[in-house]
Parts: sequence; C-alpha cells; structure tokens
Amino acid sequence: MACAAAHASEPVICAPDATLPVINPAIFDTASPPARQIESMAWLVMGICAGIFVVVEGLLVYSIVKFRRRASDRGEPVQLYGSNPIELAWTVVPLLIVFTLALVTIRVIRDIERTDPPEGAMPIVAIGHQWWWEYRYPDPDAAGGEVVTANELVVPVGRPIWLRLESADVIHSWWVPALAGKTDLVPNQTNHTWFVAEKPGLFLGQCAEYCGNQHAGMLLRVSAVPQEQFDAWRSAQAAPPVNEPAVARGRDIFLDLACSTCHSVQGVSDGAFAPDLTHLASRQTIASGMAPLTRENLRAWIADPQVLKPQCNMPSLKLSDEELDAVTDYLLTLK
Amino acid sequence: MSTLHASPHAANPAKGVFERLHAWAITVDHKKLGVMYVLAGLVFFVVAGLEATAMRLQLIKPMNDLLTPQGFNQMFTMHGTTMVFLVGMPILLGVGNYLVPLMIGARDMAFPRLNAFGFWLFIFGALLLYFSWIGGDGLYGAGGAPDVGWFAYSPLTSKTFSRGNSTDYWILGIMVSGFGSMTTAINFMATILCMRCPGMTLMRMPLLVWMMLVVAVLVLTAIPVLTAAQVMLLLDRSLGAHFFDPQQQGSTVLWQHLFWFFGHPEVYILILPPFGFISEIVPVFSRKVIFGYALMVAATVGIGFISLGVWAHHMFVVGLPPWLNALFAASTFLISVPTGIKIFNWLGTMWGGRIRFASPMLFASGFLGMFVIGGLTGIMLAVVPFTHQLSDSYFVVGHFHYVLFGGTVFAIFAAITFWFPKVTGRMMSERLNAWSFWILLIGFNLVFLPMHFSGMLGMPRRIYTYQPGRGFELWNLISTIGVPVQIVGVALFVWSMLRGLLKGPVAGNDPWDAWTLEWATTSPPPEHNFDRIPVCTSARPLWDRKNPQDPDCNYE
Amino acid sequence: MEAVLHNPETWRPARGKVGMASLIAMESFFFAGFIVAYLFYIGKSAVGPYPREVLELRPVLWNSAALIGSSFTIMAAVRGLARGHMGGMRFWLLATMLLGGWFLWGTWVEWRGLIWERGLTIRTNLFGTTFYSLVGFHAFHVTVGLLALLTFWVLAMLGRLKPARDTIRFELVSWYWHFVDVVWILVFTSVYIVGMRA
Repeated sequence: MACAAAHASEPVICAPDATLPVINPAIFDTASPPARQIESMAWLVMGICAGIFVVVEGLLVYSIVKFRRRASDRGEPVQLYGSNPIELAWTVVPLLIVFTLALVTIRVIRDIERTDPPEGAMPIVAIGHQWWWEYRYPDPDAAGGEVVTANELVVPVGRPIWLRLESADVIHSWWVPALAGKTDLVPNQTNHTWFVAEKPGLFLGQCAEYCGNQHAGMLLRVSAVPQEQFDAWRSAQAAPPVNEPAVARGRDIFLDLACSTCHSVQGVSDGAFAPDLTHLASRQTIASGMAPLTRENLRAWIADPQVLKPQCNMPSLKLSDEELDAVTDYLLTLK
Repeated sequence: MSTLHASPHAANPAKGVFERLHAWAITVDHKKLGVMYVLAGLVFFVVAGLEATAMRLQLIKPMNDLLTPQGFNQMFTMHGTTMVFLVGMPILLGVGNYLVPLMIGARDMAFPRLNAFGFWLFIFGALLLYFSWIGGDGLYGAGGAPDVGWFAYSPLTSKTFSRGNSTDYWILGIMVSGFGSMTTAINFMATILCMRCPGMTLMRMPLLVWMMLVVAVLVLTAIPVLTAAQVMLLLDRSLGAHFFDPQQQGSTVLWQHLFWFFGHPEVYILILPPFGFISEIVPVFSRKVIFGYALMVAATVGIGFISLGVWAHHMFVVGLPPWLNALFAASTFLISVPTGIKIFNWLGTMWGGRIRFASPMLFASGFLGMFVIGGLTGIMLAVVPFTHQLSDSYFVVGHFHYVLFGGTVFAIFAAITFWFPKVTGRMMSERLNAWSFWILLIGFNLVFLPMHFSGMLGMPRRIYTYQPGRGFELWNLISTIGVPVQIVGVALFVWSMLRGLLKGPVAGNDPWDAWTLEWATTSPPPEHNFDRIPVCTSARPLWDRKNPQDPDCNYE
Repeated sequence: MEAVLHNPETWRPARGKVGMASLIAMESFFFAGFIVAYLFYIGKSAVGPYPREVLELRPVLWNSAALIGSSFTIMAAVRGLARGHMGGMRFWLLATMLLGGWFLWGTWVEWRGLIWERGLTIRTNLFGTTFYSLVGFHAFHVTVGLLALLTFWVLAMLGRLKPARDTIRFELVSWYWHFVDVVWILVFTSVYIVGMRA
C-alpha cells in the first residue's frame, strides 16, 4: 500500500485508497446480502401498500366527488346500517394480506438476524462510546495479532464480516444502510450484525440511536478494499507506532499533559476514554468523520475541539502555538 | 324537535372579571373543565410548535449553528413530551370530559371534584416540567430543560450521563400530570358505565363514548406502568438504586420494555378519541347513519386489546431474540386490521350519502386522507427487516406525524369546528376555517412528506445537524419551508376561534342537524345539562325524534 | 323490581364500585411493573447479600397471617355496619387496624435487621433495589389503607356513621384493603418463595 512520506504541510495519504467510490447511506443502494434482502422485502411491502393506497384514497376521492350534496337533493338519503357480507369482506381480505406479509417478514427476519456467524466470517468488535467508535480486530491468525483502531472500519471486499456490537456507556446504533440494517449497541449486552461488502467502496453511515450531545457527530465510514490491500493495511496497523526522534517534543507534551490519560498509543500511553491514536495518520478523517485529516484540521481540532464538535468530551488544553505545532507534527508521524 | 327546554343561560351583568375567573378556578362542572383542558392544550400546542420551529430552522441547511447540540436536544425532548402529554392527552380527555356526560344524558361526570383535581394536577405537572427551562440546572450548573428525548432511554438518563436535575423535572412533571390522567380515566369508567340515561344500552352509546371507554381502560393499564418505570428511574437517580444500571447487571432494555408497554397504548389513547370525533362528524355531514356500528365497536375493543401486545415493535433493533421480534411483528400486523376496518366503515358511511363539506367535514376528510398514509407507513414499519433500515430515521418521524398530526390534530380541529357552536353558542366563520384547512393541509404535507425520503436516504433522527453531500439537504429545505405555511394555517384557525367567540352568529341548539343527545339541549348547555333526563330510544335519539316515521330502533 | 334491576336499558352499576374497581385495576398495573422487575432480576445481583442469606421466612409468615387475617376482620366489620351493629363494627375495625399495624411493625423490624445488621440497602445490589421498592410500595399502600380505616374508625367512635349511607363507602375501602392483601400474596410468593431459589 502506497504511503506518501509525511511532510508537515501535506495532507497525509496513508489511508486505504483515498480514491474509493463513496457510497451514500441510502437504503436502496445496497451492496451486501442482508441489505439486499431488506431491499427486496421493502419493494414488496411498498408495492402492497401502494396498491392499498390507490384503492382507499381512490374510494375517498370518489366518494367526495360522487356523493357531494347537490342543490337538487331533498330529504335524507337511504340509511344503510351495514352489510354483513361487505363487512366480512373487508375484515377477511386485510387479514389475508397481513398474514402473507407476516409470513414473508418472519422468513427474512430469520435470514438477516443471525445468531451465529456466516461461514468464513471475519470477526470484528465494535464498541460504541460517546461519541466515537472503537474497532478491534481480534483475529489471532492474521499478521501481528489484535488491531485496535477507531472510527474508520476497513474490511476486505467479498468476505463476510461478523461484527460484535458492545457499548462502553449509553445505547448507540450501527447503521451503514448500504451494508446492513441497523443494530443497537447496548451496554452490558452483546449484539451482532453481519454484512459482506460486495464491491470496493467507502460506505457511509452514522450512529442511529440518540446518545447525547454529539449523537449527530458519530459518523461511520467503512472502507471495503481488495484482500491484498486489506492484509497490508492490517499488518501496518498491527505494527508498533513510528518513533521519530524529530517529533520527541510533541510526544513529550502528549505524555505530560492530559492527552495520554484518555488516548492510547501502543507502547507510549494507555488511555481508555478516547480513540486509539497509534496509527492516527493512516486514517482519512478526524473526530469520527467530522473533518478530513489535514494538518490544519488536526491542529485546529487539538487547539479547541469544541469548535468542530461542540459539547463533545474532549477539552481544549489551551496549548501555545509552539506546543500545538509540536503535538500536531508528532501525531502526523503515527502512520 | 327537542322536547327539552332549558332555562335561559343567566348572565349576571354585575359579575366582575375576578368573580368570573374565580368561578372557573373553583369549578367542578365538566363543561368548564373540558374547556379549560382544551384551552391549556392549545396553548401548549403553540409552545411545542415553536420548539419544532426552532428545530426546523436549525435543520434548514447542513452544519447550521443556530442551536447548540444540547439546545437542539432540549427542543426535541420538550417538543415530543409537550405534544404527547400536554397537548394530546389534555385536549382529547378534555373534549371527552365535555361531551361524554352530554352524550349519555347525564348531568355531570361521576366524580366532579375528582375531575377538577385531575385538571389541576395536569396544570401543575405541566408547569413543573416547563419550570425546568429555568430551574433544571439545579446545584450542578448543568441541565436546563430535559434533553434525553421524550422516551428517555436509560442509561442516558442515569445520573452519570444526565447531570443536574433536568431529567428529574421530566420525571416529576409527567408523573404528576399522569396522576391527573388517571383520575380522569376513573371518572370516564364510572360515568360511562353508571350514568347513561334510561334506554341507553352500551350498544346505543355514541361511538365517541365507546372510544372514551376503551381509552379509559388503556389509561388505567398503561399509565401506571409508566409511573412505575419513572419511579424506578427516580430511585436510580436519587437513591442509588440499580434498576437500569448496567454496571450492577441492571438492564437498560428493561426501561424500554416498561416505557413502550405504556408508550404504545399511549399512541392509541391519542388516536381513539379522534376516531370518535370522525365517527360523529362523518355520519352527520354525509347524512347517513354510521355504517356497521357493531363492527366499529368490535374493532375499537379489538384495537384496545391488541394495543397492549405490540410494544416491542419500538424495539426491533435493540437485539431481542428473533422469535420475539417475529411475534411482535405479527401482533403489529394484526392491529392494522381493525384500524383498516374503521376506515372502510367511514368510507361506507360516506358512500351513497349527500355530503355537505362544512368545515368539520373538510377536516375529517383531511384526516381520512392523511391517516391512511400514516397507517400504511406503519405497516411498512411492521416489517421487521425494513425497520432495521428505517428505525430511528426520519422515515419514522414522517410516519408518526402523519398519524399524530394528519390524524389526531386534524381530527381535533374537526372536533373544534363541529362542537364550537355547542360550547360557545356561536358559529365559526366557514370561510376562515376553510382557508385554515387548505393552508394547513398543504403546509403539513410540505413539512412531513419529505421526511420519508430523507429517512430512506439514511438520515437518522434526533441529530442537531447533518453532513452535506449525503442527499439530505433538499428534503430538509422543503420541510422547513412548510413550517411558515403551517404556522399561517394554525394562526388562521386560532383567529377563527376568537372571531367566532366574539362575533359569530348565534348557533341555536342544533345548527348541524345532528343526532346525538348533546344537540338536544341549548348552546351552550345550562350547568345542569338537561332540564329533564332524556330517554334514549336508539343510537341516534334525535334522528328518531326528527324521523318518527322511520326511527333507528326499527333496525336494531 | 326484577324488570328494572335486570333490564339493560335501566340497570346501572354503582359509581363508587366502578370507581374503586378502576383504581384497583390501575394499582395492579403499577405493582405489576415492580413485580416484573423483581422476577426479572432474580439471581442477577452482581454482589451479595443474596436472598437466601438474609431473608427469614418465619417472622414474615406471621406478618402475612396478620395481614390475611385482617381481610377477614374487615369483612366482619362491613357486615356489622351493614346490619347497624355499630359496636361490632367498631370492634372488628379496630382488630383490622391492629392486624394491619402489626404487619407494618413486622416489616419495619425486618428492614431494620436487613439494613443495619445485614448491610442490605436499596443501593447494595439488584436484590436490594427490587426488594425495598416492591415491599416498600406495598407497605406504603397498607399505610394509606390504614389511614382510611382510621378515618372510618374515628367517625364510628364519634357516632357519625349512618349504615344506610355509609355501608357502601366502607365496603369500597374494604375492597381496597382486600386488594392490598392480594398484592401481598403475590409479593410474598415472588420474594420469599420464587426469589429464594436464586
């Protein structure tokens, strides 16, 4: 995987193929089996509902037009108290319709709400935090062991993914419509979802269960790349962080100040409340997708996170310009 | 045609403003209480509308900064909470309070003092909730109005994630108001079962009265469960209990089960009285008896019963076992059948009629058109797989606004235009009402139809802003453009009410040529309702009197 | 008379009975929430003390006997009032209040032991949370009932009760009292029988 040499003022391109086609979170742009099954079911029920709509609204409009009082009307119309056959009909027919829908629904539920992983699936763990996503790739077979990253999920094209969903605080929901329906991340409960990215692309989504102030800022990005590219990415992620002496000043500030309390960098600090930064510079965005990763954005984010993501949990540490430059330079070396 | 004549409504010209206000403040008369419930509800309707307007202005374009995130979150929490508890419940229960004794030929509700107590509990609860805007900060400098959503999922509502006292105001305000609703439900049960006039068997009651009976049962079953859940949350927050504390193996999903066990019957509480309004209005303006009275009763009871068994359809994506999701999908499909039956019966009433499109019928027709759409999107949401995509998106927001605004609110406006002459003794302006209706219909569809599309394009709910480039911009813009149109529609209606009150022509007992007992007494009715308790001969007592050659009792 | 009584066109139930029945239905659902929470959390406490370690069955059985007995005494009191036997009514009503008071005292003694000797509070664990809330709300409802009974007893002592007018009212209070008793049977079963297996 090509990785441009980091220079302080250039945008970093160590991300998995920044040229992936972007797939917006529309529910009908499906690229994964569960999403596609939902889509077929959706067209079926929308078709039935459209039919009912035409009939019922048609009857309404017809009645309004045909049975309007005319100037020539005298007296009251015939009082019709009811009709057993008609009432039976409009009880039984809807029952049959919903019965059919229920049967189809139950079958599709069984297909998409799996309780065990699809064959050959790669397990990944997603842990929801206020207001970012932690991802862990626990597969011990792959090169290097467990990978811990944040906010940007990278997966190989064509391989089933068995995503375990947990929460560190409140209820969140993982929703990338093109890949699968949403499933909640509930504290003290383990849920699962699964998908297969059938084509390369950057699949977008966002948190879909109200989780506090920055619920709107918990964006989802899933990059599906060819298998070899994924393997290279994974090895790079499993490797220890880059340790350049040129940015020692920035690393010292990172350790001395509160940064290291929240953020972890493998072998350097052990924070548990904020995204792992070991390979920050390999990502495309910062602040769970809120801004592209460029030097200016990163510097401005560290200077005052409340500007980009008001009321998020990261405070401004009131660094001086020189300190900001040093820390930014340090972080940009973490490819 | 009425054999009942009431003494003239005596207005003592020497009564000052304070004396008249005092009379209202201490009243136990169901009519005055009903009016106060409706007026208070309409005031909160405007307040909640302003909260929604702030939200829509914030969402007019992506990455807007009109409101802070917490400010927006407070807006949608208060908007939802206000609309459900301080607008829907009081207006619907208030209209029922006014009409039920009249419709069954009684002089008042069974327990008039309890009635007044319930009203003031509602007011106090409402004020307590709204005080949070000022006092919610508590001693912590954090809070203000509650920002946890009207459904207040845990553990977001725990002391850890919801500091300050804002959530406590949410709990207490609604709990107190809820006690008010419960006393009203007791009153409805006792009144409807015990105080019907001679001859009025259950199957001769107006359908509105049937709806209020089923609603009373739903209130008695659902609201106490909400109270229990709220008490549990209060214990968690104030005494360190662990009902919903995941760290001590408590279940956050338990809150959802308890809340939605209340929450789903609640939305039927919000739609059954409107069904009742429509069931009274459509026959009168179609000049035909309601088609299939018995089936309508059966459908109503069926809806009430089934509504207690569908609650987890609000939890399809929480991770319940698939068989449980399937079960609740089935019960949700089932409840659509009696609901559909009602629509067909109303259409059957209009069919072959001679429809007069006075303003009540305009709003009723709007109700029919819009509620069908909301009902159909509801069926779509019963399809669990589809809900995996649509849950917690703007599609759901579109769905429930079609049933709650297109349904409940339009029916409320229909009811106001229909019974305004009875309550005030004056007619509203048909022209103003018609303008209000059409503008409201257009504005309403502008605001809420696009939400189905932004939902399908991936826009979740409860977000204070959204990313550009995902396709949400156009639909949000259209939605926000519809807001001033709606405001004009509502403003016209309010003006119409005021104008009618001050300058409307005198209505007389029965301006619409209707058939239920409230039209047999003066407009407004005297405090004792009827000089002589009427004897009921059929489901349409006044039809029998006006058409002695062909009374309804021949067809029972 | 028969025609009027059983004619659906004219017979109506009594307002008070429907009102009290509705109140009881409402309260049932309120308690159902807490009973469901209790049953759901059996065996799930993360830390002790656990029910089997700290709950003592025998004193609670005496309490329960007192409360159930009070349902019988109140029935006798209602009968007394209905027949105009004011002395009998006062006697059985006093017995009811004493038995109810015994129940509350017994509950207090049990809680005193649990809190100060065994260290079980509402915040200790899920058992503590669900136990105190469920039993506590029941005891609260017993207290409210006792206050209603006390009111009737005072009125009876002052000679202000009229059997013709007040029998139905007292009977409705007795319905509430029976309800509180039935709830206790459910609470007892959940806490001291089913919950002990955890």
